[in-house]
Amino acid sequence: MDYNYDIEQDMDKLRDYIDYLRIIKNEPGAVMPALQRAQQDYGFIPEAIVDIIALELGIHTSEIYGVATFYSQFRFEPKGEIDIAVCTGTACYVKGANDILTELTNLLGIKNGETSKDGKYSIEGIRCIGACGLAPVIKVNGDIYGNVSSKDIDKILKKYR
Amino acid sequence: MKKEILICGGTGCTSSKSLELLDEMKKLIVEYGLEEKCSAHITGCLGFCEKGPIVKIFPKDTFYTKVQPEDAREIIETDIIKDELVNRLLYKLPGTEEEIPSQDDIPFYKKQLRIALRNCGIINPEVIEEYIGYGGYLALGKCLEEYSREEVIDIIKDSGLRGRGGGGFPTGLKWEFTKNSESDEKYVICNADEGDPGAFMDRSILEGDPHSVIEAMAIAAYVIGAKQGYVYIRAEYPLAIERLGKAIEQAREIGILGDNILGTDFSFNLGMKFGAGAFVCGEETALINSVEGQRGEPNPKPPFPSTSGLYGKPTLINNVETYANIPVIISKGAEWFNSVGTEKSKGTKVFALAGKVNNIGLVEVPMGTTLREILYDIGGGIQKGREFKAVQTGGPSGGCITAEDLDTPIDYDSLVAKGSMMGSGGMIVMDEDNCMVDIAKFYLEFTLDESCGKCTPCRIGNKRLYEILCKISDGKATEEDLDNLEDLSNIIKDTSLCALGQSAPNPVLSTIKSFRKEYEEHVLNHKCPAKICTSLLEYKITDDCIGCTKCAKICPAKCITGAVREVHVIDNTKCIKCGACFNGCPVHAIVKE
Repeated sequence: MDYNYDIEQDMDKLRDYIDYLRIIKNEPGAVMPALQRAQQDYGFIPEAIVDIIALELGIHTSEIYGVATFYSQFRFEPKGEIDIAVCTGTACYVKGANDILTELTNLLGIKNGETSKDGKYSIEGIRCIGACGLAPVIKVNGDIYGNVSSKDIDKILKKYR
Repeated sequence: MKKEILICGGTGCTSSKSLELLDEMKKLIVEYGLEEKCSAHITGCLGFCEKGPIVKIFPKDTFYTKVQPEDAREIIETDIIKDELVNRLLYKLPGTEEEIPSQDDIPFYKKQLRIALRNCGIINPEVIEEYIGYGGYLALGKCLEEYSREEVIDIIKDSGLRGRGGGGFPTGLKWEFTKNSESDEKYVICNADEGDPGAFMDRSILEGDPHSVIEAMAIAAYVIGAKQGYVYIRAEYPLAIERLGKAIEQAREIGILGDNILGTDFSFNLGMKFGAGAFVCGEETALINSVEGQRGEPNPKPPFPSTSGLYGKPTLINNVETYANIPVIISKGAEWFNSVGTEKSKGTKVFALAGKVNNIGLVEVPMGTTLREILYDIGGGIQKGREFKAVQTGGPSGGCITAEDLDTPIDYDSLVAKGSMMGSGGMIVMDEDNCMVDIAKFYLEFTLDESCGKCTPCRIGNKRLYEILCKISDGKATEEDLDNLEDLSNIIKDTSLCALGQSAPNPVLSTIKSFRKEYEEHVLNHKCPAKICTSLLEYKITDDCIGCTKCAKICPAKCITGAVREVHVIDNTKCIKCGACFNGCPVHAIVKE
């Protein structure tokens, strides 16, 4: 999926972000917090931001990509407006998390890890969020739903449409 | 006597609206003018997630389950004002439906002994005074004023405490090694990167009792001679991050963290570093690389972190649950602690009970408790009266334990002897509907995904192992594949760089050992007894079909035909086995075979 990142539109947020980079710049291991903050502000890591981190921290972009691609939390394309995360921890798995992923693919036509072409939906399987008592669990835009069965999915998504 | 309404604020209960319930309670207290008579606030996880949201009322210790915001008014009117029980919200004993009003009488809690979780569900984790009120920070004071550093190490050694992260290394020894390393700078780290899928005890401790971890880290820093500590915590735990952050802030304000703690010349600062979703970062050398802001890849050991860790300085790393035990050991003494447990495993262990068991939640039991006691007495048996098949302990690094080992006392060594390991304490219960090949495949897929790729055996070996398992579940494997599976597993175990790779084949080896027949069924007869492996299944429509055409409409492969009000037929040559028809049939007329 292609996305347009418009640096002009983003100036205010960007200034704040660069100020933050200048604060953490001299701490050892600043790449991780820099990436984490970008992910928090934008929901993903835009290419332009990687260049800015490289410039501000005085390191090469390859080093930043080396760190960013290692950790599953960092994404390089935006999430959908309705961001669906399915917990794929063991407890959720033995209680049918896979059926939920299949049902989502049937409903939305996108696979685990994809964002729909219109940018409306994204699905990802996430690591155990530690709410195993409610397995299987899904998160929609940060709200947690427990004891979900494939039948409930359409109902849950209706709230966000 | 003022009544206190405690509402569980763990992740499980907050996900089922416990915070809305708290707001409602607070509103009603004002509405009824009860501010003098009672107060409502959150506490940490009570562990009985299955019955959440949980509300406890002190001083009577009344225990209400599955309380929704709309139940708040009844609790206020009946329990607080009239001082009578709200019977419909009490815990009911399965089978007899007998109502049990107080927590201590509920079977789930009867066999438990809460040491690491001692304050969870009792104190408000966001108020430092409550922790202090329960004897918090006394142990730190004792260490700074009464004990020398050697004396503290002796107490920890005598207590017999072993690492609760899963490896079980004696904690006192680790502290001693780090203390004896000469250096101008040292670090203390708390490993809160609980990546093991199905374990959530560290999260609950950080959410329910963050100060006990801070106190233990301060004690550790004093003992080894460190001035700076870090908690490395998973970004997936927003609530734990928030509460730990608040706790660090409060400790700083009252002078428990910072310079010249409690008027001594000891100074200690604590910061948080966030993990970004890499299971391997639970391995200590990988964790250190990650804290330094690099890729979280492990290094060969030695040198161990106790001689060369963070920025090349001696570093002490312990897991959250290990730290949570420290303050009590200092306060109550080594003898008190080592009187609990087995000969070589002292104290208690917190297990996260999940999967197909009735009472899902966190349980803390003395080491040496049998699996049967945990599953049946505490866990209330298998859901829907199904047949118990196996329990996986130790997550992706562990193995499965079967019915014949139900009476084995559980400790570090007995689990290793059974081909599993303690691990972080996740316990996933499986029944007859779970396929063991599929479970092994699930764990391997996880490890494969999480392998950092630094060493070849783990990067490539596990990939080949996974491919063989896929062949088995697709019904394309031969007997030779089964032998290869075992050979390859043993090679990976012997040659991988870190514990992730060394333990990755454990689920495969242990399921093959215990469920060889099930593997053979897949390989020789191309059948999956548990009806999980989709390639070996066929969907069929029985005569119960009412001909509503729903399945034909939702079938993405358009392979279901039939006239209205007549029995439909699936063309199995075109079926992609997505299960949409199976889930969508209103009369359950579709079966897997």
